[in-house]
Amino acid sequence: MAERLAVKKTYKLYVGGKFPRSESGRSYEVTDAKGGLLANAAWASRKDARDAVVAARKALPGWSGATAYNRGQVLYRVAEVMEGRHAQFVNEVAAGEGLARGKASALVDEAIDRWVWYAGWADKIAQVVGSSNPVAGPYFDFSVPEPTGVVAVLAPQRSSLLGLVSVLAPVIVGGNTAVLLASADRPLPAITLSEVLATSDVPGGVVNILTGTLADTAPILAAHMDVNAVDLTGAAGDAEQARELELAAADNLKRVVRAPEAEPDWIAEPGLERITAYLEIKTVWHPVGV
Amino acid sequence: MTKFEYAPAPESRAIVDIKSSYGLFVNGEFVDPVDGSMFKSVNPATEEVLAEIAAAGVDDVDKAVQAARRAYERTWSELSGRDRGKYLFRIARIIQERARELAVLESIDNGKPIRESRDVDIPLVAAHFFYYAGWADKLAWAGGPSTPSRPPQPYGVAGQVIPWNFPLLMLAWKIAPALAAGNTVVLKPAETTPLTALLFAEICQQADLPPGVVNIVTGAGDTGRALVEHPGVDKVAFTGSTEVGKQIARSVAGSVKKATLELGGKAANIVFDDAPIDQAVEGIVNGIFFNQGHVCCAGSRLLVQESVYDEVLGRLKRRLGTLRVGDPLDKNTDIGAINSADQLARIRELSEVGEAEGAERWSPECELPERGFWFPPTVFTGVSQAHRIAREEIFGPVLSVLTFRTPAEAVEKANNTPYGLSAGVWTEKGSRILSMAQQLRAGVVWANTFNRFDPTSPFGGYKESGYGREGGRHGLLAYLKAEH
Repeated sequence: MAERLAVKKTYKLYVGGKFPRSESGRSYEVTDAKGGLLANAAWASRKDARDAVVAARKALPGWSGATAYNRGQVLYRVAEVMEGRHAQFVNEVAAGEGLARGKASALVDEAIDRWVWYAGWADKIAQVVGSSNPVAGPYFDFSVPEPTGVVAVLAPQRSSLLGLVSVLAPVIVGGNTAVLLASADRPLPAITLSEVLATSDVPGGVVNILTGTLADTAPILAAHMDVNAVDLTGAAGDAEQARELELAAADNLKRVVRAPEAEPDWIAEPGLERITAYLEIKTVWHPVGV
Repeated sequence: MTKFEYAPAPESRAIVDIKSSYGLFVNGEFVDPVDGSMFKSVNPATEEVLAEIAAAGVDDVDKAVQAARRAYERTWSELSGRDRGKYLFRIARIIQERARELAVLESIDNGKPIRESRDVDIPLVAAHFFYYAGWADKLAWAGGPSTPSRPPQPYGVAGQVIPWNFPLLMLAWKIAPALAAGNTVVLKPAETTPLTALLFAEICQQADLPPGVVNIVTGAGDTGRALVEHPGVDKVAFTGSTEVGKQIARSVAGSVKKATLELGGKAANIVFDDAPIDQAVEGIVNGIFFNQGHVCCAGSRLLVQESVYDEVLGRLKRRLGTLRVGDPLDKNTDIGAINSADQLARIRELSEVGEAEGAERWSPECELPERGFWFPPTVFTGVSQAHRIAREEIFGPVLSVLTFRTPAEAVEKANNTPYGLSAGVWTEKGSRILSMAQQLRAGVVWANTFNRFDPTSPFGGYKESGYGREGGRHGLLAYLKAEH
């Protein structure tokens, strides 16, 4: 019997809850660690990046206004759907990162568990980083964290799923919306994650995922005046490019998560830095009296 | 309403001993600048020259940073948190002991009314040192990015640049948390208001603070730039204009320096029709005329619900007629002198633009002294969101009045600015207060009050008003990092 001819997936962008190709009509070849062709990925243009920011801005009121309990449940749902795609993620991580299936499977496990860990913070972070402030006067004074807004994320170049989850989940758990540029050479787990997001109650536009090159897209996102924060992790190891992006980000005083010298070990247990990096503390005063 | 005639009640200057010239405070001593250049600090109420002040050049800043580094490595980081705290408690106590002297000196150098320097600035300065003194041996409980396995660590040397509107209070906001967290500091006060920082240097000597833990370098923008750009500085903290804040964000780009920026604002003060109008009027006055409007979080845009517009404006104007503008050292004075000729020129320019763009200008009748820098309390009505006086920070006693009909419109207008430092809401309805507080994109929301400050209360901006917080536990975290 002849071997069944596989149905191959078209890997597209994820913008505003839809899966468009790049408006530029361009794509680029994604290869496995040995150079074999895996897919043609969409090569996002400047306009795709701007469209993604518009979608993220539009989704912000709904997502930031959702209750923390609701956001926590939606994010937990993402982990459930990721679990169902486990095998697909393992294939993509193994091929893209050049890992044995066992190693790749362990990374996928960790990525799903990491997502669950972050999901659980949704309705706890305000209690940990907020405060009631004992001011010296007849006032009730409290401080609460609120989302910074639209966050542009340059996902890590090497760790295509665990690293991806480790930079994306902390952005949206706090109520921000995201425009994420996937690893240029290893984008397939990010695209599959976008399919997970589209089928797990995350409102369209909360996460927007672009594939393409850092050189094309990152400067647009870093300089965009309607982006409130930028994570430069994907520029790790390229100090000059990271500096250029940070310079562009200064034009509207974006909050910047700097690129590390080298990509970190994502297995290490995260702290709260990546959540608090995209939170603003708001302090409210009211007089106490009768 | 007629203004009561008050006899003058001037605070005595005798308690203050201003020297004819001041050097830089480096490594625990006052030293002359390397290139010997000096500038003058004047009393803005009289234009009298108060003292000659050393202008620190690049080499001077370098010496100060080196002194701070040595002190960090050899002294301050070796001390227990308990002992660091005890030094800060000492400083807080000396500030209280010398409160009168500090208040008078602040009013002379800055132009602010003695009533404010005495009752607001200096007590808050002492309170900040007290508050952060207690944190010094409790850093492990500060939370934030630290976890039990990764106790928080100081950055090392903090380079701090502060403005002229609350000279000693901004110094306290910077130095107290930095030292409590275990950093050493080099601080540059504003060139028009260096005197209380230099008196603070003497207080550090009285407290036997180890040399180099606090260094004060005086000078203008070039000195600040040299400090921010110095490679030996690990942490930058700046309070000032958004324009300079962006320059600082660019200058630290690509470095490992961590910056916190507390920048400009254009706060909306929103008055609903059910607000207690008399209290709201007091809040409006306090919001924009406190400290001559030289306040980054000033309520410079008044948003009044249309149905009470006439009533609010009528009472506001009547109240402004009772404000006393004049000698900052007079205990009856409500509004003192504009801090500098440059700032006066900017306030005048933007006010003229306001008239030229079609807004209606009003000031109560008030006599201004002949010498010195003065500007009457001013209200613009008929202001649209497009007017420059509704968009740009004037940093003076100038209020722009706009109106709204619905809460949604109030939110839309309040948030229609690149700034996001503060906002005010006046209404008797509790649920509306909380709803407005949630929707306003500002770091501080004052509901049925305005311009309140406390060392335990985090303060800082959203958007282009900067990042990082000062005050409270959050202000301490700005000087701590998680990694070793």
